[in-house]
Amino acid sequence: MKVAISANSPHQDARFEPRFGRCPYFIILDTATQDRHVEPNPAAQDRGGAGTRAAQFLSNQGVEAVISGRFGPNAYTALEAANIKMYQAQGGSMESIMEDFQAEELDQVTSSSGTGRGRGRGRRRR
Amino acid sequence: MIIAVASGKGGTGKTTVATSLAAAVPADTFLDCDVEAPDAHIFLTPEFQEQKNVDILIPQVELRKCTACGKCADVCQFNAIALMGQDPLVFPALCHGCGSCTLNCPEHAIQEVPRTLGVLECGPAAHGIQFARGLLNVGEPMAVPVISQLKKWRSQRNTHLEIRDAPPGTSCPVVESLRGADFVLLVTEPTPFGLHDLKLAARVVKEINLPSGVIINRDREGMSGEVRSFCKRAGLPILISIPLKRDIAEGTARGQTLIDIDATYRKRFQTMFKEISNLSVLPDSQERSPTLGG
Repeated sequence: MKVAISANSPHQDARFEPRFGRCPYFIILDTATQDRHVEPNPAAQDRGGAGTRAAQFLSNQGVEAVISGRFGPNAYTALEAANIKMYQAQGGSMESIMEDFQAEELDQVTSSSGTGRGRGRGRRRR
Repeated sequence: MIIAVASGKGGTGKTTVATSLAAAVPADTFLDCDVEAPDAHIFLTPEFQEQKNVDILIPQVELRKCTACGKCADVCQFNAIALMGQDPLVFPALCHGCGSCTLNCPEHAIQEVPRTLGVLECGPAAHGIQFARGLLNVGEPMAVPVISQLKKWRSQRNTHLEIRDAPPGTSCPVVESLRGADFVLLVTEPTPFGLHDLKLAARVVKEINLPSGVIINRDREGMSGEVRSFCKRAGLPILISIPLKRDIAEGTARGQTLIDIDATYRKRFQTMFKEISNLSVLPDSQERSPTLGG
């Protein structure tokens, strides 16, 4: 099974990134072979709808599960439609997150974390 | 002539100024463009007689015809349509209604269906003003279509005076409210936040090339020096200063305009309107300078 983890850098020392739609990179792990590679998230800098585009990207990559911190409502709907399972990690090193996932110790996400914290529109100051 | 009232920072007194100016002249038309939180009706007490929904057209995919080519998702600038496996999935709240997906679908599998974002209301108000406002549905993120349709519905060229009460901020809804106006009144307060956002708002006004002037609200002796020196540097005339006074605060809290609270404001706003008319009447909009005297 291919699983994607949201990450803040493409390097060996990458840290877990709690945002799903706007994480800069995904580390994609194949649990059968333990192969892993890094993909930049094409939606990271989008003006809006980053979650839906990131979900479509992972679906095209053949990912079946994703580990992140927050899944917005649109991302949640899209991932659910693509049959991609969502898991929540609290933080920690990539290694420990992958170990926890393979030991089935991560919580599966069954609802959205609320509206996006994306880039916003800088609109109101009240 | 169309005067838009904007501020940058929220809560500086846009609606106080807009409704007071409208009552003083009086205005023919008043448009409350702060569609996320309209409140000018509290001061001008319109009786709403007409209503109209604001719809945008969003895609609906006929799955039978869809070949999952993914063109719709590729062309969408707002990621409002995604191809998940074999099925395109539409996210209505993200859709701006631009129609690109429909135009680009090689199978003609996309139909457009209306989605309601809010409502427009209008009716006669105090002082013979024709009042209209937009009201964005709760939870909807897009204010611009409501504002643009409000303008299309009730804004008229060549009236003696139309006033638009703009939303706070400096983003698209503000720009949409100002577009087509002849003059922008920037309402500020003598605080670091008021000044910071006045600078941002002044840049927006300069960018869209409209003449403008400043009203300092809640002004206090010795407090507004920085605002005044900024206005001087930026070539923005200070048109009226409204003092920080308890009777004004109490009156506005009761839903009164400044001219109800203190009759001398009628004359002051009328004089200001004359000044603005003299300043901004130019034969051709191309000849307008970005700011008065600037």
